[in-house]
Amino acid sequence: MIRLTDVAKEYPRSGVALAQVSFEVKKGEFVYLTGPSGSGKTTILKLLYMDDKPSQGEVWINGVSSKTASGREISRLRRRIGIVFQDFRLLEDRTAEANIRFVLEVTGAPKATIRSKVARVLTQVGLASKATSFPRELSGGEQQRVAIARALINDPFVLIADEPTGNLDERATRGVFQLLRDINASGTAVIMATHDLDLVRRSNYRTIELNHGRVVFDSSESPASARPFDEPFEVRDTPSDSTERF
Amino acid sequence: MRSAREALMASRRAPLLSALGVVTIAFSLFAFGLFGLVAINIRKALDQVEERVEVRAFVSDSTDIESVAAAMKDIGDFPEVARVDYVSQEKALERARKEMGEFADVFEAGVLPASIEVHLRPGMRSPAIVKSVADRMKTYQFIDDVRYGEEWVDKLYRMRTIATVAGIALGVAFAAVAVIIIGATIRMTVLARAKEISIMRLVGATDMFIRLPFLIDGLVKGVLGGLLALVFVWVANRVVNEYFIETIFFDRQMIFFGVVGGAMMGVLGSLVSVGRHLRRI
Repeated sequence: MIRLTDVAKEYPRSGVALAQVSFEVKKGEFVYLTGPSGSGKTTILKLLYMDDKPSQGEVWINGVSSKTASGREISRLRRRIGIVFQDFRLLEDRTAEANIRFVLEVTGAPKATIRSKVARVLTQVGLASKATSFPRELSGGEQQRVAIARALINDPFVLIADEPTGNLDERATRGVFQLLRDINASGTAVIMATHDLDLVRRSNYRTIELNHGRVVFDSSESPASARPFDEPFEVRDTPSDSTERF
Repeated sequence: MRSAREALMASRRAPLLSALGVVTIAFSLFAFGLFGLVAINIRKALDQVEERVEVRAFVSDSTDIESVAAAMKDIGDFPEVARVDYVSQEKALERARKEMGEFADVFEAGVLPASIEVHLRPGMRSPAIVKSVADRMKTYQFIDDVRYGEEWVDKLYRMRTIATVAGIALGVAFAAVAVIIIGATIRMTVLARAKEISIMRLVGATDMFIRLPFLIDGLVKGVLGGLLALVFVWVANRVVNEYFIETIFFDRQMIFFGVVGGAMMGVLGSLVSVGRHLRRI
């Protein structure tokens, strides 16, 4: 379903962000991407939703290749991918419901289905009663749930989450994480970048660890005990791979 | 339809920004419109002066009227010539007395010669053409002298050339300023909605889908700005007419092209601003 083959990514200013990255993600799998800041997690996620192209190698996702994908193909692919960010990226001037509806509107969904779909995902994330609230009226955890609902509205085959619990307190983190597990249990693959080693340790999902833009550990290829997770990540001072411009 | 609704919604969400956009476009087009108004009025004034360019051929006293009539018919057939008039000695005297009222008594019958007065077509009043007509008229034997105010025609022609060149240069400069200001105004709208655009892209909206509401927004702002600028220019024209000098206003065709030009600038500004933004993210 998702395959990265010898992927490298170089940025003109910050240099090498990824080198020789290869892995596969199967349908319905839950994968953690871990590693220190600047290790290449966000870059991999951006390559997955084709916000960027690899400098070398190839990314295959749901039959679309990074080498040949046209703009229209990328748009169509993104309608089948759910994306969640640490900073939620909700539109402040719209209610929770309108933020979710927006996705269906921009993809040209028929009006009749929009209302029922929005109600369904809001219930799924436990926010049916907050449909008319604006983001500023919601807690961080609730805002992230709205963002997850927005990501789920098109029934994605994969949910890509970039540090989704990074801005949340422990209680909200647990809630959001449980929600991601439920989503995964219903058949959607989840690829989640996180620093939160406690979270990683507490669950038995596959873990891919990155350092200096390389895969240094993949639990699917090694015994579960090979990476003890109690060593802190090495933090390096090189520029961050995060080239977000939002 | 959806794009139009989206454009309207965006204006409703940020009414102040939209109003500012329209007013900025209106003012930049107002400056351009004022320049246009000055240009057409200068042109009209020059046209009026140019209409007075005429070639006058003085006829010998003894010439018979048939020869003059035949020559007038010949001259009237020149492609450059619009009208040929005969000014008899009596008429010349009458005209002179009228024009120089104080010295009316000085002129006596027979002092002034009869003449053939030739008016040239518009666009046929350059020094070279006037001279060539004058030279051809000199070839008639009964013509004593031909005059057309050589120096004056030269000066007028030079003034016209300067006015045209300055007009084009200033017009291009004003239009460029208007385009830049309109582009910047629309860019502000695009930047104000940058987050929305980025989310639209991430959830799979096509570039065209993102672009269209902005194009409609630019079109509407361009038309509204154009109409507002027209009102400003009209008011300015009325004020000048009332308190200073009589001026002409744009004709319907010019108004139509002005408003269409505003709309085009709006669309073009949007296209460039959104295009740049989409390439960047």
